[in-house]
Amino acid sequence: MKSLLAACTVLFVAVLPAPTFANPYEMQLANGLRVIVKEDNRAPTAVHMVWYRAGSMDEKDGTSGVAHVLEHLMFKGTKNLKSGEFNKLVAEAGGRDNAFTSRDFTAYFQIVPKAALPEMMKLEADRMTNLKLDAKEFAAEIKVVMEERRLRTDDNPHGLVYEALNSAMFQAHPYRRPIIGWMDDLENMSWQDARDWYRKWYAPNNAYVVVAGDVDHREIFRLAKKYYGPAKAHALPERKPQNEPEQKGIRRVSVKAPAKLPYLAMAWKAPRLEDVNKDRDPYALNVLASVLDGHDASRFSKNLVRGTRVAQSAGAGYDGTLRGEASFIVDGQPAEGKTIVELEAALRAEIKRIQDEGVSTEELTRVKTQSIAAQIYKRDSLMAQAMEIGGTEAAGQSWRDIDTLLEKLKSVTAEEVQAVAKKYFTDDTLTIAVLDPQALEPGQPKKPSGAVRH
Amino acid sequence: MRTLIVLALSALTSSLALAGVKIDHWIAPTGAKVYFIETRVLPILDVQIDFAAGGVFAPAGKSGVAGLTQGLLEAGAGDMDEEKIAGRLVDIGARLSGGADSDRASIRVRTLSNKTEREAALELLRAVASAPTFPQSVLEREKGRSIAAIREAETRPDAIAAKRFAAAIYPGHPYGDSPSVDSVTAITREDLVAFHRQHYGAKGAIVSIIGDVSRAEAEAIAMHLTEALPAGGAALVPPAVKLPQRETIKLPHPAVQSHIHIGLPAIRRSDADYFPLLVGNYTLGGGGFVSRLMKEVREKRGYAYSVYSYFSPRKLEGPFEIGLQTKRDQVGDALKVVDEVLTDYIAKGPTAKELAAAKKNMVDGQALRMDSNAKLLGYLSAIGFYDLPLSYLDDFPARVNAVTAAQVKAAFARHVKAENLVTVVVAAD
Repeated sequence: MKSLLAACTVLFVAVLPAPTFANPYEMQLANGLRVIVKEDNRAPTAVHMVWYRAGSMDEKDGTSGVAHVLEHLMFKGTKNLKSGEFNKLVAEAGGRDNAFTSRDFTAYFQIVPKAALPEMMKLEADRMTNLKLDAKEFAAEIKVVMEERRLRTDDNPHGLVYEALNSAMFQAHPYRRPIIGWMDDLENMSWQDARDWYRKWYAPNNAYVVVAGDVDHREIFRLAKKYYGPAKAHALPERKPQNEPEQKGIRRVSVKAPAKLPYLAMAWKAPRLEDVNKDRDPYALNVLASVLDGHDASRFSKNLVRGTRVAQSAGAGYDGTLRGEASFIVDGQPAEGKTIVELEAALRAEIKRIQDEGVSTEELTRVKTQSIAAQIYKRDSLMAQAMEIGGTEAAGQSWRDIDTLLEKLKSVTAEEVQAVAKKYFTDDTLTIAVLDPQALEPGQPKKPSGAVRH
Repeated sequence: MRTLIVLALSALTSSLALAGVKIDHWIAPTGAKVYFIETRVLPILDVQIDFAAGGVFAPAGKSGVAGLTQGLLEAGAGDMDEEKIAGRLVDIGARLSGGADSDRASIRVRTLSNKTEREAALELLRAVASAPTFPQSVLEREKGRSIAAIREAETRPDAIAAKRFAAAIYPGHPYGDSPSVDSVTAITREDLVAFHRQHYGAKGAIVSIIGDVSRAEAEAIAMHLTEALPAGGAALVPPAVKLPQRETIKLPHPAVQSHIHIGLPAIRRSDADYFPLLVGNYTLGGGGFVSRLMKEVREKRGYAYSVYSYFSPRKLEGPFEIGLQTKRDQVGDALKVVDEVLTDYIAKGPTAKELAAAKKNMVDGQALRMDSNAKLLGYLSAIGFYDLPLSYLDDFPARVNAVTAAQVKAAFARHVKAENLVTVVVAAD
């Protein structure tokens, strides 16, 4: 085992770009926009992304979901383009495009043959400042967003549980609001709400561009100056911390929805990564999540799904690289014939065992091997590389920290993993949300009892 | 040292360049067909083995046997139990994956190409493909998990709609079967052993290899992976697909949104109309935001978040399908729009402008579909499994550009007939 890891380590040091090496490259325009370029010439393609540091956490009560609604509206017209032209031009260039909104940011991307890159930069720069919003476009698009909410949340029992979990665990912090927004807020949103959001947050000094692909960074910097340079910086709204007060006691919520299997999600408050070099606990929590559920041989799969067979599925996750409050989430479905109470006890017992007995050297080694391999495999995907850069930046770290993050993860000791298991997994900071499955038949509101054909 | 090596890397030319991806092909002494691309930029290797071992070959009443056989390959092999297999994979950072669809079962491994890791990973792949033990106890557990998942799916409008749609467009044909509580309950260990023995033979297996190995190494890998496979039975031919009669099926569900599928069995992968339908569907509902369905249903009217159409060619007639979800009280309006779009498109085909735009996206965008080892591995296995020419990727632009509007119209008329279209609506009023 040891010799294998040694072989890996040598291999990777040789292949991974060192932190000091110049690729990726970064520059900043006078208007504050930062441009990060990762050169990768394996194929004649490129990914172009614009990340705005404005997500659902920056919204106010009453207009939840507006960050995401604006994301949809960014594909409508600008002063220079008719509605729908953006998608059309990307498609004609042989490209694909989309966008996504998170709690922390909103990001837009195009994946294109490299020759189309200048046009993509021109298009993104255009809609950074020239978006045209009106009541008519808004009226159709808000309906689309409501359909999206029905699909993702209202008819999705696990989506409902996740929404309930967040709104129970956070009372002050804006993570309590769903990214897609409450349906009532969507129904009462106006096109001016979206316009106000755009005016406030869409500015070069609140954005960064990530380009990955078969490009020369000097050429990208030149194009960035040309297209993004004219955008004017403006003052951003004040961001209040909105820190969550200390939780003092367990919280439990339940959601009834049509389903067969119950579902359980447990969330403990956890620290976020603040200082890449000095912090230790976030790295140890990452390793803990991986020991529990990082791979096929991790404890949840081995002990709960395959071993005692108490779980149909079981997972653990921790993300400390975010702007807001972090949490450590454990979830699962009981196997048929088992109850949610038995599942909760089994999940808790796995954490207790680590609190009492710690983790083995073999387990630590496995976590490290996985993360090293993942770094290499990531290089087979341009999008994965661009996402890694963009995501790290969104959380307030730098792409320059990416290798440090990996090194720090590798430096975590068994004692540190046991220590964070003891420190953060107390009932006082725990929120539990469960799905209470409802049989379909009694819930039928409407007439037909069987298949009706015509 | 680091700097030198990285500089050397960046000096490499585009080895996954669009034109000139070189695919090697040979028949291994075991009878397996091998497809290989050598690319040394990344220190990784991907290997996939495909078998004609999909759900279509399940014995009557045993739907689910193909998925369970594939899924349980990792449940024990040779003298290793499932924990040993999982542990070894994790220790070398390798990833084993795969699945079974209607036609084929696949198993693939991604590993570091360094000799130690590579050899260990390939040894595991060989063991699980050739010598699975299908332990009774693991089978019982996985049957239980499958049944629980089936019961759960029976509560979900999306899953209910997909299952009913498949059954309705393939009446009496195994393409229409989905695993049920009864069929999974009926599956025994002997069924898995027999299915593996029959369908996982070397003759007919496709081995796809891409990455950091030489041709000589690839030859040895293909041989090693297939020499211990079971003898395999004679290739089975599934029954012919019969077209369904036009009908609308409505199923109750309390969801706030209805799930709608419209379609029919449409095209074999070997059909000469493949390119006209592929190009033609881009304009109808395959081209994302620029398709007619997206414009009419979503952009103009806000009826749906997702609306699409696709052809999914198989060995036999694979489905054509239009799908969308919409608030339940506007199902009638949404269906009317979809019907108008489809009817108009079948009658008139694409405009010259639409056809040109479709071709431009598909030809210029080909690079995007080939820019990683993982994507190219998918092409290798498809070329092998569906007997496509080795020049498939090189020919693609010319084949797309050769399509005419008249061909699109004629192909839709042949393959998407109104009298055979089935509509399934779940959560219908």
